[in-house]
Amino acid sequence: MAGTILKAKNFNAFFGQNQVLKNINLDIMRNDVVAVMGPSGCGKTTFIRCINRMHELTPDATAEGEILVDDKNVYKMNLIVLRRKIGMVFQRPNPFPTMSIYQNAIAGYLLNGIKLTKSKKDEVVETSLKRVALWDEVKDSLHKKGTFLSGGQQQRLCIARAISLNPEILLLDEPTSALDPISTSKIEELIYELKKNYTIIIVTHNMQQAGRISDKTAFFYLGEVLEYNVTKEIFTNPKHEKTQNYITGHFG
Amino acid sequence: MTINRSYRKIKLQYIGRKEIRRINFTEASFKKMLLLSAIGLVVVLLAIFVTLLISSLPSIKAIGVGFIYGKTWDPVVDHYGGLPFLIGTLLTALLALIISIPFSLAVGLFLGEYFRSGVISGIFKNIIELLAAIPSVIYGFWGLFVLVPLVRSLETTLGVPPYGVGIFTSSIILAIMIIPYSVSLTAQVISLVPANLKEAAYSLGATRFEVIKNIILPYTRSGIFAGILLGLGRALGETMAVTMLIGNSHIIPTSIFSPGNTMASVIANEFTEATGDIYLSALIEMGLFLFVVTTIINVIGRRVIKRFSIN
Ligand SMILES: Nc1ncnc2c1ncn2[C@@H]1O[C@H](COP(=O)(O)OP(=O)(O)OP(=O)(O)O)[C@@H](O)[C@H]1O
Ligand SMILES: [Mg+2]
Repeated sequence: MAGTILKAKNFNAFFGQNQVLKNINLDIMRNDVVAVMGPSGCGKTTFIRCINRMHELTPDATAEGEILVDDKNVYKMNLIVLRRKIGMVFQRPNPFPTMSIYQNAIAGYLLNGIKLTKSKKDEVVETSLKRVALWDEVKDSLHKKGTFLSGGQQQRLCIARAISLNPEILLLDEPTSALDPISTSKIEELIYELKKNYTIIIVTHNMQQAGRISDKTAFFYLGEVLEYNVTKEIFTNPKHEKTQNYITGHFG
Repeated sequence: MTINRSYRKIKLQYIGRKEIRRINFTEASFKKMLLLSAIGLVVVLLAIFVTLLISSLPSIKAIGVGFIYGKTWDPVVDHYGGLPFLIGTLLTALLALIISIPFSLAVGLFLGEYFRSGVISGIFKNIIELLAAIPSVIYGFWGLFVLVPLVRSLETTLGVPPYGVGIFTSSIILAIMIIPYSVSLTAQVISLVPANLKEAAYSLGATRFEVIKNIILPYTRSGIFAGILLGLGRALGETMAVTMLIGNSHIIPTSIFSPGNTMASVIANEFTEATGDIYLSALIEMGLFLFVVTTIINVIGRRVIKRFSIN
């Protein structure tokens, strides 16, 4: 099933009067890993939060234009359907502290009140934890609190939580910025694995990381997409001076 | 390295021995002052307890443990059994909690989750503070003039003796009086639920109601319980409004519409007319008893809060 899975058309986003995203146009292909880069405050987080409409949780936040997922405008879709279709992982690992590891892994089902049989639950927990390579580490302590895990394990648990609902797109907002190098490389390997089943949009400040894991890179600057291209191309042959400066570390 | 060393030299030059001694002295005396205040508080508590105990001795000697389970309270024959009042106290407080919990929770969610800031929440927060500041005698008056007729007509409809005053009426007033306390605590703990947990739940497709039920309430249960406990403490000891509305009967209440007495209300009602030595001492013993009951309930409550809290 190749083809475009996500399309932003003349998309603008605001916090009150402050325009944070300006006329974004972007096509994302199925099963691609797209890195979103750019200096701090340029709107990367806002952009991915617009995709699953988390943006509108902020009071006074508004948006204009279209984001299409599978050719359907997200602003016309049922919010719950949309968010189940698009998983999200946050910068800081945030497993639910009142839930066990097991419950965290199936939190999507518990929260939405989807009833599963015990064996089905076990199956979902096991497959999602295996997919994030956490199963072997936690299989004997599934009923401990998720907050007892290390930061890197917590983040993998959060990824498991996000993929247990079988989304099509996975949004990752600097998922490794709070982690040590070993946990980071584990998550990078994981993203490489997940790419087979999901389309992944990852915000990162880490140039090497983008180079290692992404197929394409979108370079944001002051709320605009300055450049969007195959990652190699952007890194070796940036079209825009600002991109060049960012990559060579002259700012940001 | 060199910078570091010269920096140290400067410090040594400017803070002499004397200076250091002075600083240490201030620190130490400040700490002592704090400790003294804390000890002072404990001493006052103990003093109250001891005074109550000494003044209760005549009654304790005369009546013994029968004071706790005795069913009749008859000053004329110097017979003092406190069971009706213990039951009255626990019953009114419990009923008040049951009435108040849904409201506290609803208003707490309203102020802590739905309207965390802005004009509406400001207005409501002020009103709640005002409610907490109303003297209890005014609640008592309001209860007499408004609540008692209402309850009386309810009792007529239900076919029970239409006293108007009684356990039920007192519980409603108590509920109104404790709601501001539990609401402010509930709203506060609810507003402190980390945004990233709520966002994680929303990103999984949860609705607001599901977020409240599965994230906010489990996360805040110990705080909410603490709010309830705060209300319970107040309900157990509240005197004036209850004395005015409970009907002041010495009989063990048989239904929630019966008139009765609480430990606090019996003291307030009879203290001025207590003539005999034993009578007065028995009322003081009732105070001691109330003190002990409140303490026990608080200790149990704290245990439960600890149990409930995350980690
Ligand atoms: N909740 C908010 N309310 C108002 N303005 C906001 C809010 N969140 C972000 N902004 C503004 O929107 C702009 C874009 O923020 P955003 O978080 O999308 O940047 P970012 O590219 O993710 O930055 P970083 O790399 O630091 O995470 C910033 O100028 C910021 O001040
Ligand atoms: Mg960001």
